[in-house]
Amino acid sequence: MKKAIVSVIGTDKKGIIARVSGLLYELGINVEDISQTIMQQYFTMIMLVDLSESKKDFCAVCEELETLGKEIGVDIRMQSEQIFTAMHRI
Amino acid sequence: MIQINEVIETNKMVSAEHLDVRTVTMGISLLDCIADDVDTLCERIHDKIISKAKNLVPVCEQIAAEIGIPIVNKRISVTPVSLLTARTGGAVKVAETLDRCADEIGVDFVGGYSALVQKGMTEYEREFLLTIPEALTKTRKVCSSVNVGSTKAGINMDAVALMGKVIKKTAEMTAESDSIGCAKLVVFANAVDDNPFMAGAFHGVGEADCVINVGVSGPGVVETALKQVKGADLTVVAETVKKIAYKITRVGQLVAQEASRRLNANFGIIDLSLAPTPVKGDSVARILEEIGVDTVGGYGTTACLALLNDAVKKGGIMASSHVGGLSGAFIPVSEDIGMIESAAKGILKLEKLEAMTAICSVGLDMIAIPGDTTSDVISAMIADECAIGVINNKTTAVRVIPVCGKKEGDVARFGGLLGEAPIIPVNNTSPARFIARGGRIPAPVWANKN
Repeated sequence: MKKAIVSVIGTDKKGIIARVSGLLYELGINVEDISQTIMQQYFTMIMLVDLSESKKDFCAVCEELETLGKEIGVDIRMQSEQIFTAMHRI
Repeated sequence: MIQINEVIETNKMVSAEHLDVRTVTMGISLLDCIADDVDTLCERIHDKIISKAKNLVPVCEQIAAEIGIPIVNKRISVTPVSLLTARTGGAVKVAETLDRCADEIGVDFVGGYSALVQKGMTEYEREFLLTIPEALTKTRKVCSSVNVGSTKAGINMDAVALMGKVIKKTAEMTAESDSIGCAKLVVFANAVDDNPFMAGAFHGVGEADCVINVGVSGPGVVETALKQVKGADLTVVAETVKKIAYKITRVGQLVAQEASRRLNANFGIIDLSLAPTPVKGDSVARILEEIGVDTVGGYGTTACLALLNDAVKKGGIMASSHVGGLSGAFIPVSEDIGMIESAAKGILKLEKLEAMTAICSVGLDMIAIPGDTTSDVISAMIADECAIGVINNKTTAVRVIPVCGKKEGDVARFGGLLGEAPIIPVNNTSPARFIARGGRIPAPVWANKN
């Protein structure tokens, strides 16, 4: 599986996009699309990423993102794009 | 690209509404394990199950991590054991082997300590049925089911009479743990070959060698969706359930596809059943109450359940390439907090539960009854359920627990997903003369469709 959705939700602050995309860059993961908004005062962002050249496996990337999320005080998850396509597209 | 609100909706279903995949069940044919002696049989069974299912748990955990949705149970179903031991006997040894396999692989349950006696019983099948109490006492994870009726065959009342006694004996042998053995024993009419849910799962003889069947869940998701349409008419209610059932089922479809591919097994079916658990926010009863019945068990309950069951199917069928199993709303009393509360108040009674079983899957399920209920009354209960199933061309079942030493008003506690159940009263009018007749209730007229 190559495509995944990274979702970032939390209190808005400087540098969230920079920190997340920086980590993805270090891991060899390409960001293909970004969508970001403020929902109910929360910073909310999803990124479509391509893991085909990732230096680490899926679960290890999830863990790194989670650790970064704790560090900067936002909730970061990565899930296979398949689950959202399955549920929300006919 | 996927929209932000779609990602949030999916993740909220998991974090706040208990969306999960209830079970990934691997069905394994053991017909090629049949041997002339029981030790060789057990050795072959062990080797085959381990070779097919050794990666079941890690693969499911990997898939769950990738999609961000929990897969609660990993299970195995096997060819009905009565067929495997027809020549050798020694079925309890096979049960112990299955239990060992379950522990080694790390699955929650193994189903298939089963017999199909809907039309008649051979001597080895009669002997097999008598081993069920011992098998369920000596094992922890083995589940047993017996099919005693079908629309094509009618109802085998000799088997029905025997199963009343088997249930009583199982209750007595597991008396110290609130007769929990009976929670692992189901008596069916029109049992299906590809059911992923326990305790009734077995791997039918018409199935492929190794098959993945998936049971989805999500009562909490349906309840939350219905809270958004308060006061709307029932067509809106049905449409809302259909849409959400579609989404839930798509999760199951994806998991089934991925699991079967990674485990080198056939994709069998998705079971569309809404399966509750005892935790708050995961209750089928609460959906019926959200539709508008004050307390489940009151008048209107059956109609609401019919609407729910039908809408779940309509939404789910389009979402999956193969739908099967039991596919309907489950109403296991001890596993549903709304049912538990209503039964404890005396509102949800056996008679209403019986009516509910006429229009949903699967039957009188996880109902604790007084320990002094006679085997004849239990057999008659089974006969009534079978009649509903056979005449309506649907699966019905009985999983009642006559809790030794407990009476109406007491509570049986099983723990975990099996929950707890108030002991509810039973009509003890004697059906002894009816049960003693034996023989077979003929198949209904519409069994003759050819």
